[in-house]
Amino acid sequence: MSAYTTRFGSLRNFQKGEIEIISDNPKNFAFSNVFDVASKSAPYEKVVVARNLQYVIEAIRAEGTSAWYAADHDEFVIVMDGAVEVELVKLDNPAEVALPGTNGAVMVRGEPAGKRMGRILLGRGHQALLPKGAAYRFRAEQPGCMIQQGIFGALSVEKWADICYR
Amino acid sequence: MNANTIITTAPSKLTGYCEFQLGNFSFSRDEYFVYVRWPAPATGTQTTHVMSADAFLRAMMRDVAWGFFYGQVNFDAVFGTTNLYGQVEVYAGAFNPAYASNKLALKETFDTPIVMATFKAILDDWTNKGFDPFAAPEETGTAWLGQKNGHNREAIDRARATCRRMPGLKGDAPLRTDDSGYPVNRAFRDVSQDEPVVMAEPGFENEVSAFNLFKFLSRSDVTWNPSITSVCKESLFCPTTEEYILPIKHGNDRVEWFLQLSDEITWDVESKETGMPRAKLTMRPGDVACMPADIRHQGFSHKRSMLLVWENANPELPKLYASGKLPINPIAF
Ligand SMILES: [Fe+2]
Repeated sequence: MSAYTTRFGSLRNFQKGEIEIISDNPKNFAFSNVFDVASKSAPYEKVVVARNLQYVIEAIRAEGTSAWYAADHDEFVIVMDGAVEVELVKLDNPAEVALPGTNGAVMVRGEPAGKRMGRILLGRGHQALLPKGAAYRFRAEQPGCMIQQGIFGALSVEKWADICYR
Repeated sequence: MNANTIITTAPSKLTGYCEFQLGNFSFSRDEYFVYVRWPAPATGTQTTHVMSADAFLRAMMRDVAWGFFYGQVNFDAVFGTTNLYGQVEVYAGAFNPAYASNKLALKETFDTPIVMATFKAILDDWTNKGFDPFAAPEETGTAWLGQKNGHNREAIDRARATCRRMPGLKGDAPLRTDDSGYPVNRAFRDVSQDEPVVMAEPGFENEVSAFNLFKFLSRSDVTWNPSITSVCKESLFCPTTEEYILPIKHGNDRVEWFLQLSDEITWDVESKETGMPRAKLTMRPGDVACMPADIRHQGFSHKRSMLLVWENANPELPKLYASGKLPINPIAF
């Protein structure tokens, strides 16, 4: 018996699945693929691929150095393809960046004011905490794909008609 | 008699298994099968439903381990439970048009503790030594069949793996290693076991944190049993490893989403109320799909795969969907 082969996807190698309709509308499943989405996105564009009321999963193309972001709640990132560095800064005045109660990530203007918290080097399948009150930015030498767990915010982009089966 | 007393018989002289009663439902098993019996409301005559004992035990295991989960847990097209959060509705035929329209369906509501106690007692009595209802069939074999032969309490008493924020943080859920009893599963031997490089400045060790989720999942010792690996308020990432058939048909009481992390799962999607087939979805790595609030679904995974189940744990949701205040299909375009 041969060993099992585990299949993951990548920007260069993915095969979107299928919907066979018996009695339904394919739109009801909002069926997309994060590699497909990220292969067509601008670097660090936050494209919503799943939304449950205010909560979202965004597919993000990692490429080059991102802006600095922060949120008034925890967020999480999982690298689906490629290698991504995360840099974290503890904000001196987080409320000045994201007002308490703000949903989703906001962009930090200029360099974040605060203490350096550290860096994380993520590879495929690795997940990092983007803690509340911290500014973070990403860097990827080669194009990669991440998913981010968070809340729908000013930077979230919805383009369902372009990404889903219909 | 106390409302929390489990009603059971002495072990059968023929098979060694006990019979159980919950309200008007009776449960018995023999060498191969489980029988659920109830009086038909139309006539009072006994109605019988038969399931293979392994399928029944796998379904019962999920219902118990998930605390009756969100919404419906259909053991098959006839028998199941609906979580009313504090109470549980147990039903036979209620979401099956042939039974329902002929008034053969029975629904009874109980306080959660007595359903949980009865189901746990059934699981304990009917799970033989060597049978792990959480394992894939290739791993656990056919120890489920035959006359009563011991127990497998270690398997059925496993706690569902959850976290408060993220596994690996101080005081939070532990990561999985060989030493902690979580070897790499036979189907995931090729999954990289590397860890992210975490360089935390002094004082920030518990906020600068990362782990290898795919490694974590490659070491899961259960199938079709979501754990929790990140929490953003009510948004829960509940990844799980899947092999063979989801032992239940899950009927949503809210919208949920799937993101296929590895390999492939085919989903049968049916009407939650009637079980009528609606669609079949084949999901491959990177695929994301919404599961509307009015469906039931059952997955098929020919090779052990990694699936991210994404839940919104807001306790108000079942009421809001049931009353039509929230759209059944959340994405309009
Ligand atoms: Fe489900």
